[in-house]
Amino acid sequence: MRPEGNLQSKVVRRVAPQSKENELRIILPARENAVRRGLKSIKSGLGPIGFSSDELASLELVLAEILNNIVEHAYRGNEAGIIEIQLSQTTAGLWCTVIDTGAMMPNGEPPLGMQCDLNCDVADLPEGGFGWFLIRELVHDLEYTHEEGQNRLSFRMSIGRLN
Amino acid sequence: MKLNHQDFEDVRVVCVDENRIDAACAIQFKDEMRGLSEAGPSRIILDLGNVEFLDSSGLGAVVAALKAVRHGQRLELAALHPTVQRVFHLTRMDTVFTIHDSVSTAVEGVANAS
Repeated sequence: MRPEGNLQSKVVRRVAPQSKENELRIILPARENAVRRGLKSIKSGLGPIGFSSDELASLELVLAEILNNIVEHAYRGNEAGIIEIQLSQTTAGLWCTVIDTGAMMPNGEPPLGMQCDLNCDVADLPEGGFGWFLIRELVHDLEYTHEEGQNRLSFRMSIGRLN
Repeated sequence: MKLNHQDFEDVRVVCVDENRIDAACAIQFKDEMRGLSEAGPSRIILDLGNVEFLDSSGLGAVVAALKAVRHGQRLELAALHPTVQRVFHLTRMDTVFTIHDSVSTAVEGVANAS
């Protein structure tokens, strides 16, 4: 390893200092099929430690929306992209952080995700734009930063609270 | 993406033989549904009984399938898992679709009405 220009050393992982036994960290390539496999690993990792199937379903939906947005919009199909997911179980619920090095979110903030207007003809019904609405319905304390080429999205879900 | 279908008198039941409709298969689902409704009778029932996961891409694809039916043709949904039902409910899409508890009640609905 060269001490001077080692790119890896620049990617500082700011993992919160919490007990390791309640943390899960997954790194996956920015591909739709890898996202599917990653979600499966997360579900099978959290199922045995007290998360109900309803709670896991909410988490899977939120992470699927976020990860697929990263694959599609941040990396724009560049399959060399890497996504990191950190999950930490606390008394306030599950804290999640998703990190990528793709494009910044439009205007530097996560979309608002408004409820779509459905009072229209069938032909005019929206076929997209539900993702951020669903995310915002299901998460708390959403925060996003873009620093040194790194997108960092963190939020909390009221699931799997530690006693 | 595997879609099986079975035709009754004036209804075609399309069964999704996969446990998820997500970003990885939404386009394929949309295309296959279009083919099945184009050549189908006046009423299509989409049996989602095997689908345990549907994300916004999957929801968009189901909406696209509704928009693709021809004039006078209907697309209805049946046997939604609670997780799938919730996505329809949160987005209010449950107000747009006719949703049946099961495929048999959906098909019987026609028998009773005729």
